[in-house]
Amino acid sequence: MATAHDTHDAASGPGGVPVHMIAHPTPEELRARKAAGRIRLERNAELMSLSMGPQHPSMHGVYRAELELDGEVIVSARPEIGNLHRGVEKLCEHRTYHQIIPLTDRLDYISSFAMNHGFCEAAEKLMGVEVPARGRYIRTLAHELCRLSNHILWLGTSIMDLGTQTFFTICFRDREYVLDLFEMLTGARLTHSFGRIGGVAKDLPDGFDHRCRKVIDFLPKRLAEYERIIKQNRIFIKRAKNIGIFTSDDCYAWRVTGPTLRAAGVARDLRKDEPYAAYPEVEFDVAVEYNADVYDRFLVRMREMRESCKIIRQCLDNLPDGPFLAPDAGHSLALKKNVLHDSAAMIQNFYQVFQGPQVPKGEVYRCIEVPKGEMGVYIRSEGGAKPARVRFTTPSFYHGQAVPALVEGEMVADMIAIFASVDVVLGDCDK
Amino acid sequence: MSDPVAELVFLIIKAILMPVIIILMVAFAIYFERKFAGFFAGRVGPTYLGPWGSLQSFGDVFKLISKEDVIPSRSDKLVFKLAPYIAFVPAFLVMAVIPFGSVGGEANLFGYRFDYVISSFDTGLVLFLAMGAIGVYGVVLAGWSSNNNYSLLGGLRAGAQMISYELAMGFSVAGVMLMAGSMNLVDIVDGQAGAFWDWYWIPQIVGGVILFVASIAELNRTPFDLAEAEQELVAGHLTEYSGMRWGMFYLAEYVNMIVVSAIVSTLYLGGWRAPFESWNVIPGPIWLFIKICFLIFIYMWIRWTIIRYRYNQLMSIGWKVLLPLSIANLVVTAIVISVVG
Repeated sequence: MATAHDTHDAASGPGGVPVHMIAHPTPEELRARKAAGRIRLERNAELMSLSMGPQHPSMHGVYRAELELDGEVIVSARPEIGNLHRGVEKLCEHRTYHQIIPLTDRLDYISSFAMNHGFCEAAEKLMGVEVPARGRYIRTLAHELCRLSNHILWLGTSIMDLGTQTFFTICFRDREYVLDLFEMLTGARLTHSFGRIGGVAKDLPDGFDHRCRKVIDFLPKRLAEYERIIKQNRIFIKRAKNIGIFTSDDCYAWRVTGPTLRAAGVARDLRKDEPYAAYPEVEFDVAVEYNADVYDRFLVRMREMRESCKIIRQCLDNLPDGPFLAPDAGHSLALKKNVLHDSAAMIQNFYQVFQGPQVPKGEVYRCIEVPKGEMGVYIRSEGGAKPARVRFTTPSFYHGQAVPALVEGEMVADMIAIFASVDVVLGDCDK
Repeated sequence: MSDPVAELVFLIIKAILMPVIIILMVAFAIYFERKFAGFFAGRVGPTYLGPWGSLQSFGDVFKLISKEDVIPSRSDKLVFKLAPYIAFVPAFLVMAVIPFGSVGGEANLFGYRFDYVISSFDTGLVLFLAMGAIGVYGVVLAGWSSNNNYSLLGGLRAGAQMISYELAMGFSVAGVMLMAGSMNLVDIVDGQAGAFWDWYWIPQIVGGVILFVASIAELNRTPFDLAEAEQELVAGHLTEYSGMRWGMFYLAEYVNMIVVSAIVSTLYLGGWRAPFESWNVIPGPIWLFIKICFLIFIYMWIRWTIIRYRYNQLMSIGWKVLLPLSIANLVVTAIVISVVG
């Protein structure tokens, strides 16, 4: 992975100043800053153990952390996950590739299309299916809508975790616009199952273009307002600056990816580095910040949301004509509207639904950038319609396991802020 | 004309009416808090019970009373049961010394003199500070006796926070004390006779702001609601409480809010006096009520707007900002008074 110090072109710093013009803190400086903010503990203090979660207002699901506290300071933390384990990976072994897609919805249910997308990309790589241009653009569009809804929800919940509930509902109101778009596009609001092997389930409905443009015209104004709140609120700055510093080295060590890694000054974004879908054809910037603290994670996500709006607009502008689902009778489903009056489509439908795609032997690993970080999908096939083994490496799992390294030495209130800032969803973590 | 029998009758009436009015005010304060919270957050707030949901608080009280009263088996049961009362009762007592109209004038009611205060005694301001200090015990004991680590942390935070903010509070009201030359709240209001520019909020603006900020900490409201920080400590010292015991803490919080608003308006905003002397035809209690409502609205506004401070930040504000400022305010006031006369 390249650090931002040697990829100036990919990133521009705050205020549009080229990155190499600004002196950025090195990991050593960040570590020193982290040490300076720490409260010194007495030796041999009597510790209090506090079991935070799985039922706790700000554990974002059923995460549990067993904390050892010295007063308010966390001496050690031991995460416990698995309360939401549903055995998704095992379930995948008993389903055809088409049937796995709804399961992936339930991984990160906040951004379910992104999960569909990851699996479809991997399965297509395994089967050698080429996605038509329109399908790639619709995927990119839906994926960025996911990123928007995920980050808006994240913004609301993490500011709520800092202590104000008002922001939470305001962000939910804005997320509603995005969910309405999803409802129009896919028919569902949360678990869309919109991805298909070889493309997407449906074409853009009539009027979607207009409504989507309205939302992405309107959201950046709202986001600018929120950004003002973040940048000008002194209490927020006090609570977020220099809190939870997690340097790029730490991120590598714990495989922390996504906005947390980008807030540590690493311009790593799979959408740019290993492009897929329509990302090579759209223009966008990778949001990078350099102080690796909670505040910078806020800034990164705020900028990412704007970039998402930019990408969605480009997708709408440049949406190519043609099929949205690969006309690949061996691997992708038939178009629903043809099934009842086209014999070839009917046969394809029967074949795909009852037998499933016939996949050659082999294994594949595909990694994409989902809103929370990097999501990898590993599929091993021993021939036939069902995979022999599916493995999801989802970002929340790695972010959840890094929590001890993130919070040890911090105060309880900061732990909540830090935990929120790395963005963990337990469906994604426990699988 | 003063008649001991009439005075006794009036006293009993006042002593009964005052808590009733306060409780009613609390009910509507809770309703308005929820309504405002809704409006701030782009929601509508309670709507079901009564017109515009205005009877919501009464419904809540019936719900709380009818709930099962759970006492944790490993708790310190006596203290656990006692703590809500320790928080609840002192909150009311302060209202006894707050004048809500003219005191010691001519006969004004059926030929008898009706004093618009329950008890006019010379250390009223000290009573306010003392009752605030006792209220801390309610929170700390609740946190201790619940035998729950979240409660303990909440009680710990509350204890440290309230005690350190009490100092700033004490020093800031001392400025008013010097100006009025009395600790009796009736005398303090008399010292602010005239229009609104004669009130103490102009000379004592620093003290007033400090008292207001410190009272937010004393009331455990955002941004200083560390004791029951929902996102961190679940419900802090209230975690193990349920039913009406929890309700009593909740009531105590709102009674305290009304009391502190009454104190702030009495000390700095002329108490029951109208902003212009000619407006005094409208009776004093109404002016006091308006001022209390105004201050309560500000408390709510702050609560639903601002993010919570962290524990050590809160302590450093209390000790490094508010306390030195309030002492400086006291010293400057003392010098000015001794020079000017």
